[in-house]
Amino acid sequence: MMAKTQYYVPVGPIHPALKEPIRVEAEVEGERIVRVDVKRGFAHRGIEYMGMKRNAIQTLYLSERICGICSISHPYAFVIGSEKALGIEAPPRAQYIRPIIAELERIHSHILWLGVVAHEMGFDSLLFWTWKGREKVLDLLELLTGNRINYSVFMIGGVRRDIKESQIKAIKDAIDFYRIFTEEMKNVFLSDPVYKARTRGVAQLSREMALKLNVCGPVARAAGLRMDVRQDNPYDAYADIEVRAIVPQDIVGEARGDAYDITLVRLYEIEQSLDIIEFCIENMPEGRIMAIPNYVVLLSKIKKTKGEAIGMHEAPRGEVVHYFKYDGTRDGPAVWKVVAPSYNNINSWAPLLLGAEVADIPIVVAYIDPCMCCNDRVAVVRDRDGRIMDYSLIHRKAVEKTMRLKRELGVRA
Amino acid sequence: MVNKMMFVLLKQLVKKPATNPFPVKHAPKNVTELIEKVQRGEVKINPPVPVPEGFRGKLVYDPERCIGCQLCIKVCPADAMEWIPELRKIRHYVSRCMFCALCVDICPGKKFPGEKKNVKALRMSEDFLLADYDKYSDSLIEEPPEAKEGGV
Ligand code: SF4
Ligand code: SF4
Repeated sequence: MMAKTQYYVPVGPIHPALKEPIRVEAEVEGERIVRVDVKRGFAHRGIEYMGMKRNAIQTLYLSERICGICSISHPYAFVIGSEKALGIEAPPRAQYIRPIIAELERIHSHILWLGVVAHEMGFDSLLFWTWKGREKVLDLLELLTGNRINYSVFMIGGVRRDIKESQIKAIKDAIDFYRIFTEEMKNVFLSDPVYKARTRGVAQLSREMALKLNVCGPVARAAGLRMDVRQDNPYDAYADIEVRAIVPQDIVGEARGDAYDITLVRLYEIEQSLDIIEFCIENMPEGRIMAIPNYVVLLSKIKKTKGEAIGMHEAPRGEVVHYFKYDGTRDGPAVWKVVAPSYNNINSWAPLLLGAEVADIPIVVAYIDPCMCCNDRVAVVRDRDGRIMDYSLIHRKAVEKTMRLKRELGVRA
Repeated sequence: MVNKMMFVLLKQLVKKPATNPFPVKHAPKNVTELIEKVQRGEVKINPPVPVPEGFRGKLVYDPERCIGCQLCIKVCPADAMEWIPELRKIRHYVSRCMFCALCVDICPGKKFPGEKKNVKALRMSEDFLLADYDKYSDSLIEEPPEAKEGGV
């Protein structure tokens, strides 16, 4: 008799190793993964539907809750798209304040990722060291906005809080701190032999694969693709800054697209963010911070305006795209569609996991910095033959089941 | 071999801990006992990290200043405001609030005789220790005193 050599290892949707629900089904032979399937769709919250029932200001703050870490990236895409659709333009000062907040968020998100990756590899002291450094940017964000996360400072047509002279000093101090801290992180991560051994050649995505899988953000840049929304479709102050996508071939001469390269990209992006913030505080124009300061006036303008547009922002994980349609009958979007970067980036899991070792799963999973709750936009239920079941049918089935239970339990209506 | 990573991490050993040991350094065996000791003045509580200016803490509602315009209900994304039709005032559920301060921005408030400018009925305080077992406990609901007494 032949011994069984292949084992089926299901992970998730709820699993101690996963912070958010997703399911990975793997067949392993010894240490090698020979077949793999990634199933998503466990975190559908119907957030777009909720947004289409509320007014635009409420929906803006709902969009902040799409993701807890990118809590300014979604509102950024939201305000950019809404301003385009409604024909409002934010005052120049607001256009400089917004990138400052967004770049501070990128810094904290990238440091968070470095810590997570260290943890996944078993370097827990490194995790605490990086996160200790991350505290400073969170404190700064709290000082600027009043909240550590979910800053609630953007508004359609501007920002709600100005940056005061006294706060500029705090920003400058933080920049100085992070210049040194990033240099230290570079030394620690990039020159450590064990870190290098664990990441070189792991989760390696070639340029062709990256294009084929449609990945975006740092994952695409690590594979050598020069793509960055701030460079390709600049908005606000980014248009004055001329942001260039950070790619490994500019730093070390070649792009291999593995987990090591992505660490490189993220570390250099922190420095890029520091440069952007420095530029913004030095060149910040004076003036108003909101185009329409009165929310009641803003809402009535939204109610009267027809228009549609797409808003994009380069979030720490890649591009965030929001589509809007305002139909001139209600004070919120008639259609709101969100595409988050992890949706594209999770595509890379299946091909990268194939042939990998079981011990590399955490790195392959973590290197794109996945965010499941950003992902799920629709839930589609299919019957046994693969036909899509529409909502009325599902509802009817639910009612039928209640009726049947009532009959069986002898409860009368 | 001591590489850069080990060097950085070993250096941390001689540094002061970054965490603020709030409220006390070690988790107490008995919380009630600790509270009693604090009340008797035997143990001192380590203060929390001070909040910055403009911090968004628990919302404070001043019904005297409220004109009942319901604008806060209109903008509140979290549905944390409830209209009390009998009193023409609002009730605020802190447990639903997400601290966006939109209601504070929009509240027109009212001026009392002799005052030059309107004072808002809503403001954000520095209070952030809001944990409670009951999300409807008295400390987590802001409402006019009449509402509490009259049971509306
Ligand atoms: S702070 Fe925001 S969530 Fe809280 S009550 Fe005011 S508007 Fe609602
Ligand atoms: S609290 Fe302010 S916004 Fe709300 S009803 Fe009263 S006056 Fe209007």
